[in-house]
Amino acid sequence: MTDFLARLWAMIVKEALQLRRDRPTFAMMFAMPIMQLVLFGFAINADPKGLPTAVLISEHSQLSRSLVSALENTGYFTITRQAATEAEADELLQRGEVQFVVTIPADLTRKLVRGEKPQLAVEADATDPATTGPAMNAVNQAVAQTLARELSGPLAVHRPTEQPVEVVLHRRYNPEGITRYNIVPGLLGVILTMTMVMMTALAVTRERERGTMENLLAMPVKPIEVMAGKIAPYILIGAVQVFVVITAAELLFGVPFVGSYVVFGVATLLFITINLAIGFAFSTVSQNQLQAMQMSMFFLLPSILLSGFAFPFRGMPGWAQAIGEVIPTTHFLRIVRGVMLKGATAAQMSEELAVLGLMLVVVVALAVSRYKVTLD
Amino acid sequence: MTVPAIDVRGLVKRYGQRTVVDHVDLRIMPGRICGFLGPNGSGKTTTLRMICGLLTPDGGEGRCLGHDIITERDAIKAQAGYMTQRFGLYEDLTIRQNLEFVGRLYRLRNLREVVDAALERLGLATRQHQLTGGLSGGWKQRLALAACVLHQPKLLLLDEPTAGVDPKARRAFWDEIHALAAEGITVLVSTHYMDEAERCHEIAYIAYGKLMARGTADEIIAASGLSALVATGPGADRLAPRLRDIEGITAAAAFGTTLHVCGPDNAALWAAVAPYRGDGLHWEEASPTLEDVFIHLMGRARDNALEAA
Repeated sequence: MTDFLARLWAMIVKEALQLRRDRPTFAMMFAMPIMQLVLFGFAINADPKGLPTAVLISEHSQLSRSLVSALENTGYFTITRQAATEAEADELLQRGEVQFVVTIPADLTRKLVRGEKPQLAVEADATDPATTGPAMNAVNQAVAQTLARELSGPLAVHRPTEQPVEVVLHRRYNPEGITRYNIVPGLLGVILTMTMVMMTALAVTRERERGTMENLLAMPVKPIEVMAGKIAPYILIGAVQVFVVITAAELLFGVPFVGSYVVFGVATLLFITINLAIGFAFSTVSQNQLQAMQMSMFFLLPSILLSGFAFPFRGMPGWAQAIGEVIPTTHFLRIVRGVMLKGATAAQMSEELAVLGLMLVVVVALAVSRYKVTLD
Repeated sequence: MTVPAIDVRGLVKRYGQRTVVDHVDLRIMPGRICGFLGPNGSGKTTTLRMICGLLTPDGGEGRCLGHDIITERDAIKAQAGYMTQRFGLYEDLTIRQNLEFVGRLYRLRNLREVVDAALERLGLATRQHQLTGGLSGGWKQRLALAACVLHQPKLLLLDEPTAGVDPKARRAFWDEIHALAAEGITVLVSTHYMDEAERCHEIAYIAYGKLMARGTADEIIAASGLSALVATGPGADRLAPRLRDIEGITAAAAFGTTLHVCGPDNAALWAAVAPYRGDGLHWEEASPTLEDVFIHLMGRARDNALEAA
């Protein structure tokens, strides 16, 4: 028994000493929970408010102004744009610039006076039902209350028990509010982030750990050649992954694909390459494979939580959105959802594509500059 | 006048406060095999790495194969072969795949023929599709050497190529090195083995980052001015620990049943062993070995280092 305890103690002391020397792991064990606390506690909000909304007002009257401000007063809608035509409103919705379009018809008051039940349309970009759900639920009540207040005095006769204005809620792109339509394309971004970053994060550290790095450095091969060479095979693997996910999305889950395969392909290729380059950059700064893995995990967490994959992007506070904006997954998700579900065109996604392109340049430059041709 | 293959002056490398290589000058003419000796941690590997452009010196300058070691690294890498101390090829590739990879990096023409020839010369042609990780230590070293010379370099830098390799494989390895030198390749090889040092054309001895001796084995022994004695007789070998710390003796070591002692001064050496004469012990003059000289130099370097500190 004492022998057992003595040897057990020897093992415990050894493990503790080794753990104390492994600073990165130690730091990770404290940084990870703190990061999760902050993200889940402060950044994530399942009831997103202040969603950007465009209004298409064909009748400028006391009543239309009241209706718009009633919607704003729910807290869910923030009027960011005034659309002049239906086409412009559509474009805003498709580009993802606004979440809602509120249309007030030209003859609202006249029809109301005649008792003809005019239509007030609220169109939502419902690709992510979680973002639009609470807001949509608030519309009817807000309209009813406004009408009750406005239709007083001479117009009180038009205040029947039944709702005098028909509110038409139109869930665009995902009329049935099916969550997996949103999740499956998003999953593509998360899967690629997870596998691609990790693959190359190990690439250089593995060479260093196995002792092949010194040999490689002694031969005439340039950093960009090493990097491109290590990345290239994984691009193919990434492409296969994408093919599998998209096929499954279509066959198993019935997720629609209404947009252009070309735009989708370009964005995906760009995104895969960025992730591989990020992994390579991690690889150049970490001392061993374990550290490279830890860095990948550290990167994956915000990519899932802050990119709009797991929780509504627009529900997050400003600082969290700012962090989300520098994560490639965020932009990729917008493009994939835009193209697959909303049929967005290359021109409509040009901004997001440009951001991804810029990220690629920055990450590659960083990774190449961090890769040392000497052992200094 | 022929241009030296290696010509470096005043090389310095520091890691923090520690000076690992301290003003080392080295000049090696083409076609020579220079043995690079010194205790562990004396700066051999660091010096080799600076010469082949893997490390940037903190001081000093020099040329390797006519190219500046700081500004013309790529040119040096293209013409030199560097064999790392730790096996640097990929264990999860086959023997042939490793050689092909190296050949492609150097953009060799007729890659297939070059690799075939290398495999043939190595005697690994029949095992070329085996995974490299399954090779024994001796074979790994020979494969690493074959990979280093695939691009027909003018200079070979070998960092303890035969560490942990059996005598037969070591001999094969050295035969190969001599064959390469005969073709005009310059070789700088670090080692701990005295027999290997004696197979070199010349030797450079480094201790505590400082170059302590330079020349052929005989020159170095002669220049050291050491004397040596050998004792034979009953219990001679057991005297070593007692003699080691006596004034006038720098080293005492048992070789089988005999005892080998040496010191810088012949008279002082005889005086030191005087109490141990008789008792059936027979003492006689011997020539100091390279090992004696190196142990002596190491002691002196250590004293210098301590004085400086």
